Amino acid sequence: MKISRHAFLRLSGMAFLAGAARKAIGAIGGTRWGMAVDVAKCQKQENCVKCIAACNQAHNVPSIPDRAHEVRWVWRDSFEHAFPEQVDQYSPLRAAPAMLLCNHCENPPCVRVCPTQATWKRQDGIVDMDWHRCIGCRYCMAACPYGSRSFNWMDPRPYIHNPNPEFPTRTKGVVEKCTFCSERLGTGRAPACVEACSEKALVFGNLADPHSPIRELLATRNHMRRKPELGTGPDVFYLT
Amino acid sequence: MFMFEKAVGGSRRYRLWICALLILMAIGFACYLRQLQFGLAITGLSRDVTWGLYIAQFTFLVGVAASAVMVVLPYYLHNFKAFARITILGEFLAIAAVVMCMLFIFVDMGQPARVFNVLLYPTPHSMMFWDMISLGGYLALNATIALVTLRAEREDVAPPHWIKPVILLSIPWAVSIHTVTAFLYSGLPGRSLWLTAILAPRFLASAFASGPALLILLCLLLARVTRFSAGREAIQKLAVIVAYAMTISVFFVLMEFFTAFYSRIPEHMDSLQYMFVGLDGHARLAPWMWLSSVLAVASLVLLLTPRYRHNHKLLALACGMVFLSLWIDKGIGLIVAAFVPSPLGAVTEYTPSLPEALIALGIWAAGSLILTVLYKIALSVREEPLASAAPPARVEVLI
Repeated sequence: MKISRHAFLRLSGMAFLAGAARKAIGAIGGTRWGMAVDVAKCQKQENCVKCIAACNQAHNVPSIPDRAHEVRWVWRDSFEHAFPEQVDQYSPLRAAPAMLLCNHCENPPCVRVCPTQATWKRQDGIVDMDWHRCIGCRYCMAACPYGSRSFNWMDPRPYIHNPNPEFPTRTKGVVEKCTFCSERLGTGRAPACVEACSEKALVFGNLADPHSPIRELLATRNHMRRKPELGTGPDVFYLT
Repeated sequence: MFMFEKAVGGSRRYRLWICALLILMAIGFACYLRQLQFGLAITGLSRDVTWGLYIAQFTFLVGVAASAVMVVLPYYLHNFKAFARITILGEFLAIAAVVMCMLFIFVDMGQPARVFNVLLYPTPHSMMFWDMISLGGYLALNATIALVTLRAEREDVAPPHWIKPVILLSIPWAVSIHTVTAFLYSGLPGRSLWLTAILAPRFLASAFASGPALLILLCLLLARVTRFSAGREAIQKLAVIVAYAMTISVFFVLMEFFTAFYSRIPEHMDSLQYMFVGLDGHARLAPWMWLSSVLAVASLVLLLTPRYRHNHKLLALACGMVFLSLWIDKGIGLIVAAFVPSPLGAVTEYTPSLPEALIALGIWAAGSLILTVLYKIALSVREEPLASAAPPARVEVLI
């Protein structure tokens, strides 16, 4: 088929407009998933690990006893450790539990450094991973300022005691982390940790929708994000 | 293959040396097969300290590779004739060092079978992509230059004209490999030890000290075990280069200390504190870092005093101290300490495991083997009657 110069220009112009329109629509009516952790509610049940257990079960996260080789998707640490520059010694929050997970940053350093695009930022805000493309260089782990990424230092399968056949297991030599349960979102379900929390301390929702429950919470409650000065823009908020 | 017949056979001592290297390589390879089977859990690395000996060796050796420019530049750009005999040694050292760099990156990978994903999905926003390009390019440039000029020397003809721009290109390229390697680290938010604009200049300064120091040691060694002589002028000029570069390198390190400890920003002080005095009672790196500092100061005393520098025994000692000091600083401290404390304030210490150390040793042996073979070829070409009759016909100087 022969194509005239005029037709070529017209077609490329239309293609450009279509691309721009798609971006614009995505920006206006799009989705940006985020999470808010209500610290007061989370604190109510001491030593509760329901969300962690639910996540580990749903995603075949191995339970490796050796701390050095541990794999974590969602875990618990103190506020003092999670917010080193923001919680002073007089703060009542110091010893409060902080549920930690991937922040699904707006501007994720892990995505920037990955040499194979094995981790990337989705249109809906989720920082996702392809475990079959990852070469295991661990550059993303050096780049993540939150320690949210784990490496499979060995074959994780012997440490998965009750495997979930619905979700893949990983192999040795790849990095993994929380995916905001992208597989569950696809079928209209909330993330496993959110569903498991009996105190409803974890609120998951669309940050792009001003009327969503998470946006209403963020508009009315004081909240913090981890290391905001680094400009990564975490989409996980802590209501205090 | 091209001129490799010259590397086969030699004195008893030569063959013994080659055998020793092959044994170390075999041990390292056996350990690597274990690592391949069990995963990187056999190393001393952990979820907090995710890079260690391998990546630190890579970083140090990029510097050794880049330092070839310290003989190439004076010889080709400034017509410094005393370097005529050692320029090829610098280029061959660069080749061996780059090959070691690549091997260290390879053994650090969790899924080495997928290494070509880096080429299948080229990612310009990743510094690792640019590091691959700069290292690969540098290897190709040096291999081309060294082999073409050496062949011309063997045939006693002038090298082809097209090699001149290639040599010119290799000069900024050498600077680029270490700059890009510094960028691997210095652009990461949250790793305060690396998050400093002076990291690339620091890398270059320490490279231009450690590389020429090694070259001096190699020249002095060659003078002992072969009939080769680098010439006193060349050695002394290299010594001056090492003295300047080491001074600048130490100066840069002191600047890091000032910024961190005068500003008193905790996250900028933490890693430095861990390196030299320890953090939360953990101080495994401290003896190493103090040894590195003492060696640096002592080497500067020897290098900056002309009387000591002119004495080749003391010069060799000084070069050994420079090399060891910078190896500790870059080949262990700088990489490991950036992971301490972890983003959550945990202080996790790191010690390489035995298999990890043996794999690293195996790669150093492989590099030494490459270097030995290349030097044997270069010296054999020189010792042939044809070449020894006339002064070496290298490329005409460029400027």
